[in-house]
Amino acid sequence: MNTGLVDAGQFGYISDTAFVFATVVYALAMTAHIAEWASARRVAAPAAIRAQERVREPEPVGAGSPAGAAGAVGAPVDELSDEELGTERYGRVGVSLTVLAFLTHLVGVGARALAAERAPWGNMFEFATTGALAVTAAYLVALRLYRTRWLGLLVTVFVTIVLGIAMLTPAIYVAPGPLVPALHSYWLVIHVAAAALAGGAFCIGALSSLLYLLKSRAERRTAVEDRRGYLWRLPGSAEVDRVAYKVHAFAVPLWTFAVLAGAIWAEYAWGRYWGWDPKETWAFITWVVYAAYLHARATAGWQGRNAAIIALVGFATFLFNFVGINLFASGLHSYAGV
Amino acid sequence: MRRTYTPAPALSVLETLRWAWRQLTSMRTALILLFLLAVASIPGSVIPQTGVDPSAVFAFRESSPELARWYDRLGLFHVYSSVWFSAVYVLLMVSLVGCFIPRARQYWRSFRAEPPNAPRNLDRLPVHREWTAVDSGAVVAERAHRVLRDRRYRVRRYVDDRGDQVVAAENGHLREAGNLVFHLSLLVVLFGVAYGSLFGFKGGALVVEGEGFSNTLTQYDEFEPGAWFDPASLDPFTFTVDDFAVTFETAGDQRGAPRSFQADVSYVEAPGAPAQQYDLRVNHPLQIDGTSVFLVGHGYAPEVTVRDGNGDVAFRGPVPFLPQDSSYTSLGVIKAPDAAPQQLGFEGFFLPTVAFDEQRGPYSAFPDALAPGLVLTAYHGDLQMDGQPQSVFVLDKERLRQFEQQGGEPFRILLRPGKTVQLPDGRGSISFDGLSRAVRLQVSSTPAKVVPLVGVLAAIAGLVASLFVRPRRAWVRVGRRDGDTVVQAAGLDRVAGGDLVGAVDDIVTAIRPRSRDMEHA
Repeated sequence: MNTGLVDAGQFGYISDTAFVFATVVYALAMTAHIAEWASARRVAAPAAIRAQERVREPEPVGAGSPAGAAGAVGAPVDELSDEELGTERYGRVGVSLTVLAFLTHLVGVGARALAAERAPWGNMFEFATTGALAVTAAYLVALRLYRTRWLGLLVTVFVTIVLGIAMLTPAIYVAPGPLVPALHSYWLVIHVAAAALAGGAFCIGALSSLLYLLKSRAERRTAVEDRRGYLWRLPGSAEVDRVAYKVHAFAVPLWTFAVLAGAIWAEYAWGRYWGWDPKETWAFITWVVYAAYLHARATAGWQGRNAAIIALVGFATFLFNFVGINLFASGLHSYAGV
Repeated sequence: MRRTYTPAPALSVLETLRWAWRQLTSMRTALILLFLLAVASIPGSVIPQTGVDPSAVFAFRESSPELARWYDRLGLFHVYSSVWFSAVYVLLMVSLVGCFIPRARQYWRSFRAEPPNAPRNLDRLPVHREWTAVDSGAVVAERAHRVLRDRRYRVRRYVDDRGDQVVAAENGHLREAGNLVFHLSLLVVLFGVAYGSLFGFKGGALVVEGEGFSNTLTQYDEFEPGAWFDPASLDPFTFTVDDFAVTFETAGDQRGAPRSFQADVSYVEAPGAPAQQYDLRVNHPLQIDGTSVFLVGHGYAPEVTVRDGNGDVAFRGPVPFLPQDSSYTSLGVIKAPDAAPQQLGFEGFFLPTVAFDEQRGPYSAFPDALAPGLVLTAYHGDLQMDGQPQSVFVLDKERLRQFEQQGGEPFRILLRPGKTVQLPDGRGSISFDGLSRAVRLQVSSTPAKVVPLVGVLAAIAGLVASLFVRPRRAWVRVGRRDGDTVVQAAGLDRVAGGDLVGAVDDIVTAIRPRSRDMEHA
């Protein structure tokens, strides 16, 4: 393809440059969030503690969410002390940088598609960059819907690491190029897009569940007068858990659809919709673990901590399928080297 | 001395069964079974599976026979049809049915039930609003009824014991319906998958360019029928592979990666039907009735002529070789049973692009046939082709002797197209006449595959409903207090996390007339 202005090779250059730039900006966003957490260590944030004490009272179903309480993340600036203001400022810089990094990242994936003249989902490098984009996208959506700036640090750390590994590992990085014949199908777009979106949401769900575990542990073990630092600027563990559940509730049906789309494609490409190929097997395992998560949330004695651990196991199986199976098992899903 | 004790009242058989059933159908058991299912799936992704990669299983048996014996005992080469794996999912399905039946009954009852009466004190509910209306009680109640009905609530009106008019409303029955549909759909999926694998088949065949295939058992190189598959039900089609083209990446990181495969086939759906053309590609299978023909791979079939010691042609034709790696280094044998005085056999590699290396000797540098060559060793003696049917890719060397050079080294042949090599002692010759390609085809039929598809779609719809629909109850009570019409509205969510405040306020706004000056707040 030659548009007259830029040819495919230049799109490849633009894409690579955008990925480098995005990685750097994610790292800066991560630094801002680290500063946010570090500065919060000095803040005793009594308002936040009060906010969380409120959560621990038996809460009427459907009552106003405590997330917006004064002192919690994202509170109106004019109610904050100088120290809190500093923390708040670092957090906002982190979010702004994350949005900038996301847009650059999006340019990277888009330019990659133009360079390769196809959906940019044909090899490990492209899955990693697109998957990381889906994680940031899921975070930004959650940020808008549920004010989850408390996820900022974990998300930027995760995405920076994934992009860094993808860019710097010679075994993973490949220049844009055409696809092997098995991937010539519009089901590639449907299957991979659904899987990537579900994966992004699983990641946000897992990070929320992780923070839920930390927060609920701290709520059990920390005396009220010792409650200082970033963890106490998070909403109460019940609210964190609710966010985790909402994100998972979005991700599980989407993952089911991704597996279904894969099965339909497999029927066209390989003549069987399900063949227990290692990738398929682990997709099934991930599905079963998340099914267990949803059941655990409805089972007495399994809510809370156990359910959160199951969610983390689910994400671990997803990651293993994405990375481990490509590296260690040979199957029909092995394409283009890795 | 015997101690006397009073035994605990023994459970009767029926009670024991009921206890076991309750255990099995409890949510905790379902959770544990889900974990077991996840864990039981893991070995099949690590250990080679007969149904996925039979050659890997074969190689494993060769390299560690002792371990393979244990794996066989545990069914680890076919995990997903093993007894223990089946036990887990059958138990899970039983548990599912046991959960499903009482819940379906319960749902049916609640589906037919009317919205429940309003609690005595609506102001104790999580969201509660109260105002004084100008209109008469009947008008407000009528309006509340309409507002709630428009918002897809089921509505019931009654007058309570205080003489107040009450509108009771309930919605969100779809949540439990979705839950039930989801679980029922899983049974449908399992049934569809089982039906397809019992009555279906999967077969493979290597067809050389220019040659044909007819859909009968004898034409298959491998054939895996379902347990209840009837060979007489094979569709009577035939086809010929007229031409096969393949292109590879020639530069860059991806050099050697395949870029396109295409086979032009002409097929006849049934004897007497007209011939039709089809371009068979990956992701573009040929469908004939319920049977699909897939292009799953390709290889090379060198055309060779073997002459025996008498100078007579003992064999002539294309011989398919099996690709072993991404450079299409291909393994194969050539058998000439008609050779006299002794039968001749050849074993070795076909290399599409011959290159040399100090350590490895000849190897293939590129998958396309740029500089093809055959690297063979030769045998004479008895091929033993009279007894049991033998693989076309293996030489039975028990009664064969290898041709040797002076000094005892095996006699090695490197053959280029158009060339002929003479065997030692005037025992014959082999010529490499030309090169054909062969396509690996998979022919399979999975009846009723639409059943699992519909099942999964229904499962997704049910799952979405069960996760996102929020059952909600709302009440509006209209009464006379000190000469005023006092209206109370309240809501109750049966699942946390919804915007109950917004929902109640929306209802209140709709019931109260727009011009606020008519109201006393």
